[in-house]
Amino acid sequence: MKLAEIKKGQNFRITQIPDEIIRAQTIRFGISEGSEATCVQVIPAGPIIVKKNRHEIAIGRALANSIEIEATPKQKRIFVPNEKLGLAGER
Amino acid sequence: MHKHTSHCALDFPANARKIVLAGNPNVGKSVFFNALTGIYVDVSNYPGTTLDISHGRYGEDVVIDTPGVYGVSSFNDEERVARDVILTADVVINVADAAHLERDLFLTQQIIDMGIPLVLVLNMMDEAEAQGLQIDVPRLSELLGVPVVPAVAIRKDGIEELKAALPQARKGKIDPELEEKLKPLLEKVDTQAEALMILEEDQFVAACHGIKIEEKSREEIYLKRRERVDCILAQVIKETNKGASFSTKLSRAMINPLTGIPILILLLWGMYQLIGVFVAGTVVGFTEETIMQGIYEPAVHGFISRFISEESILGRFLIGEFGLLTMTVTYILGLLLPLVVGFYFILSIMEDSGYLPRLATLADRVLTFFGLNGRAIIPIILGFGCVTMATITTRMLGSDRERKIAIFLLGLTIPCSAQLGVIAGLLAGLDAGLVALYLLVIVGVFALAGTALNKLLPGKSTDLLIEIPPLRLPRWDNVLKKTVTKSAAFIKEATPLFALGALLITTMQLTGFLELAQNALVPLTQGWLKLPKETTTAFIMGLVRRDFGAAGLYELAMTPKQTMVALLTITMFVPCIASVIVIYKERGWKEASLVWLSTWVIAFLVSGVVAQLII
Repeated sequence: MKLAEIKKGQNFRITQIPDEIIRAQTIRFGISEGSEATCVQVIPAGPIIVKKNRHEIAIGRALANSIEIEATPKQKRIFVPNEKLGLAGER
Repeated sequence: MHKHTSHCALDFPANARKIVLAGNPNVGKSVFFNALTGIYVDVSNYPGTTLDISHGRYGEDVVIDTPGVYGVSSFNDEERVARDVILTADVVINVADAAHLERDLFLTQQIIDMGIPLVLVLNMMDEAEAQGLQIDVPRLSELLGVPVVPAVAIRKDGIEELKAALPQARKGKIDPELEEKLKPLLEKVDTQAEALMILEEDQFVAACHGIKIEEKSREEIYLKRRERVDCILAQVIKETNKGASFSTKLSRAMINPLTGIPILILLLWGMYQLIGVFVAGTVVGFTEETIMQGIYEPAVHGFISRFISEESILGRFLIGEFGLLTMTVTYILGLLLPLVVGFYFILSIMEDSGYLPRLATLADRVLTFFGLNGRAIIPIILGFGCVTMATITTRMLGSDRERKIAIFLLGLTIPCSAQLGVIAGLLAGLDAGLVALYLLVIVGVFALAGTALNKLLPGKSTDLLIEIPPLRLPRWDNVLKKTVTKSAAFIKEATPLFALGALLITTMQLTGFLELAQNALVPLTQGWLKLPKETTTAFIMGLVRRDFGAAGLYELAMTPKQTMVALLTITMFVPCIASVIVIYKERGWKEASLVWLSTWVIAFLVSGVVAQLII
């Protein structure tokens, strides 16, 4: 489904952001293809407000219509240290 | 191969170490900048942009501030400037918002990947604590490989610690995979920072080194960096409590149209009370009439006329009706300056409190009809202050197409504050039906022109993608500093425009063009608009200053319906000569002439139709 079709309070995973520049910008905001976020507010026929961790961004309706998502159940955020990054085991 | 020593267009002593302050927008960089440099600060415009860069001394070193950015690359002017300055840095002080590390550490890790020695300042530790966040600072320092200084800048906490940490600045830890990728490039460029920029597909840096970007590698690097940052944060941040606080609720209310629109109306009313009533009335009354017209103008008049007769050509240009030393100075200092300061003051409060992005989100729905996105609300609001100022601000819009639309709508339908006062005064004398009709026509023209432009102009406008920062009480020193910097920049940029406008008008007056235009317009005014022929003078005066035009209507005997038609005409009629010049400067003569001519045609066409219908 499209991000524009999301309901308030719904968790989702982003599956595709078609525009390359937008993709680069959203990664900085902490959101990329594959990442999970929550929709905290929907302005009728207007922007979608998305929250990832403590970070909120507003996404215009047309852009939200181009972003593919899948709904996911509400989750607690869990981080697993990643060995590949060379960060684990330093403690 | 073209080798270049510096991307940075600002010059500093060659032996001085360059300490660059970098960080996301609104993280409090300026407090640290001021603490390091003291009061001796130079502000210079960064060539080719509208951005000002502050720099000052800290001991033997130079400290340079950069615009707030989310990352280093070239998505917009701010980023290009930040990139250029950071590329020349010997040390970077990266200021981050402790309550927003997910966002801010992306930039931190990017600067670390650039291989520049760094100190990380975690500002707003108090806010992070208030939000129930516990940050393991030693662990963060260990994982990043750079010194980390916790701070609360407004309480001056952390400033001494930063000074102590500066000599400890070092290159941080880089993803080994990325390091491998950088290796082959390091032989072709001067620094690791440049190599990273090229790997991240920065065309400008690549072109400087004669390197063609063939591989698409930016996205992969970005994703890896994001993953690394999230992984680091998972090990250092603990969330202790949660729950929707008052500010979260207020934030939602500001964006939701049902509550957001009343809040906006309340704010606009407050703004009107402050700017429309207090500044435009009381303050301007004092600065324009008492000081400028009462003291300054007679003084300069008396002084100049000792040497040059006012009747001579030079005299007319200098101290005549639209003289450079009389009207221009009075206009800029007596009228414009207080209004511009008032507007930038409110805008800075809106910006620092975090209201502006929420307003942009609220307005997005409506503005997309006109090919704009929510961000365009900022120039539109500024337009009610000064259309010239607003036209300059359209530079912040995401595409050329949006700038075209915004500039046209500003010129056509937005009355500036100078005019607004007079229009409101005249409308107050009319009955409610006519006032409603006036508003309906203006809003209608705005909507129609916007929709038409959106349909007709080729290309695509950018979509809203905006961060919603936490709401916070603005810091007054910051607000005042912003107000002063922005107002000064505007006055500096606008003064030559107003002077040029005054020269043009005096020339038109001397050559008899003004009179000619007045006579030529009479049939149109009398026959088509059904107004007394003297209104033509008011319209022509509107060319000089829109409020002159509107004020000219006061003295004419008109029926209420005629007054309404005259007000319609003067609102839509060409913007003042300074804003016309700014449109020429920004958009080139072809587009500007088109805008200029269309406002004439639309103003007379629409008002004429209304006149034919009701009078």
